[in-house]
Amino acid sequence: MSHATTSQATEPAARPGPEVDRRPLARRRRNRILLQAACILITLFMALPIYLIALAAMSSRQSLQKFPLSFIPDNFSTETMQTFLQSTGILGGLINSVQVGVFTLVLSLIVGVPAGYAVARFAFRGRDPYQLFLLFTRALPIVVLSVPLAQLFLQTGLYDSVLAVVLLHTALALPTTILITASVFLGVPRDVEEAARIFGCSPLQAFLKVVMPMAVPGIAAASIFTFVMSWNEVLGASILTLNQRTLPAQVLSSLAESPLAYRFAGGFLLVLPALVFIFFMRRYLTNMWGSTIR
Amino acid sequence: MAAPDAPAAARPQLPPARPKGRPPRRSGNSAALLLIAPSIVFMTLLFGWPMVSGILQAFGGPEGLTTANFSRMVQDPYFWSSVGNTLLLIVVMIPIQFVLALAMALLIRAKPRGSSAYFYIWAIPLAVSDLAAGLVWLTVFTDRGYLNSLLASFGLDPVSWLAYDNYPSMFGAVLIAEVWRATSLVFVIVVAGLQSIPKDYEEAAGVFGANFWSRLWHVTLPLLRPSLQTALILRTILAFQTFAVALALTGQNFPLVVGETYRWYTGLQDPNVASALALVVMAVSMVTAVGYLKLLRDQSEAPR
Repeated sequence: MSHATTSQATEPAARPGPEVDRRPLARRRRNRILLQAACILITLFMALPIYLIALAAMSSRQSLQKFPLSFIPDNFSTETMQTFLQSTGILGGLINSVQVGVFTLVLSLIVGVPAGYAVARFAFRGRDPYQLFLLFTRALPIVVLSVPLAQLFLQTGLYDSVLAVVLLHTALALPTTILITASVFLGVPRDVEEAARIFGCSPLQAFLKVVMPMAVPGIAAASIFTFVMSWNEVLGASILTLNQRTLPAQVLSSLAESPLAYRFAGGFLLVLPALVFIFFMRRYLTNMWGSTIR
Repeated sequence: MAAPDAPAAARPQLPPARPKGRPPRRSGNSAALLLIAPSIVFMTLLFGWPMVSGILQAFGGPEGLTTANFSRMVQDPYFWSSVGNTLLLIVVMIPIQFVLALAMALLIRAKPRGSSAYFYIWAIPLAVSDLAAGLVWLTVFTDRGYLNSLLASFGLDPVSWLAYDNYPSMFGAVLIAEVWRATSLVFVIVVAGLQSIPKDYEEAAGVFGANFWSRLWHVTLPLLRPSLQTALILRTILAFQTFAVALALTGQNFPLVVGETYRWYTGLQDPNVASALALVVMAVSMVTAVGYLKLLRDQSEAPR
């Protein structure tokens, strides 16, 4: 009975509580559910197309002929991908794309990192016009450069080579590389660099042994972006090459006369790196686009 | 690397004593110039030179300067439809992308369970090219594709979404593919912008009784202005460069301006008209960027 009395004693105090308090709680729970629903809806929109192209690329040619198509992976086959990889120009294009990406990355680092360091560390005359110039070049459409560059490369014998595409992609990536590395170097305290100098390092040694190790993660992030840009760029690569196509240029040029299975396989191969890149880059994305783009 | 000593050698009359505490920011002009020189040379060769020769090419012909390339460009039957399509796509797409990206960024900021997974998936299209996006959505919209399969499973008749004579659905397909691909860029910029806004402002507004919409309209959006401005300019300039989505989805049926440049250069082998088209794209991009900057600046100064 004592239980009953205590519960009776507490009840009058507790009763007005739930009547007033539970409504915001219910609203909160409802909001949480709505929030999740909205997130799932957007995730479906973003992820479903990727699932579908993976499904199409991993189906046999025969099952792609069927109608209606199956939405579940019931007949997994690598036939479509194999046929695609064996068609003319694809393997070569893949190799060219990787080469162009890597060389672009290296060249833009060689040219861009010193410039980024200068922007971050020195108050030299012409620094502001220089930064403005970088922002301006970033706004230039690729088409504007590609067509005249094709003529210039034809005259200099560079046309239709990996180097031609590397030069164009480096020009496109360089402004971003410089601005991102500058912001990375700004994040490395000057004190550690000065300490290294006091302990007898030359400026170059101080840079290589002290500053660089601290800047490497940010610079690696910038490099991945350079590679992605190069991997995805299609217009300039198609205009500057004829036989030494990169993968997207090869897919684009054979688009009109290729069967659907070929296009699905090509699309899937082009999308695949994006899944990996963004996974590794997801922590850097907001820093990168938030702070340096202005 | 003798640069830091150079100013001291040039002015020997000054006492060589080091300044107290932290030395001032080095103003080593020559060292800095040495470091940025390669980039300047590179950019001049690969931006300056092509720009100049591009302009010459656009006005060039067999006999000196001419505007014949531009008149050929304008007379081409695809030109005006490509201009119309490009503008229509931008006008419809940009507002959708901004509303969607803002909603996505606000959802992420509300920290739902699994928000980091959501962020990853929503950011994936950031690294997808417009060609790949076109091919991805081709699996959905093609005649025997997944959308028609879905309709068939409900017992509905298939629709040829990408057919030449079905302009609204063709436009819709290109629009959806572009919204899918390029909203991520705006989303990431807005998320970054939201991170830099202290929560206090909104909480203060909430304490004074502002509901969600008025907090969004009067507090969050004005503070987001710099991010939105960046995203708007960047997105519009990039939108003018879209072409492979439409090419992958519809072939020649939905021409866009940059796609026309590609066609003039590779298909019709006429670099002069291609250059003329490229100049049009550049001029429009520049005018848009300057226009946005002016417009947004005027608005921000108006209330004060």
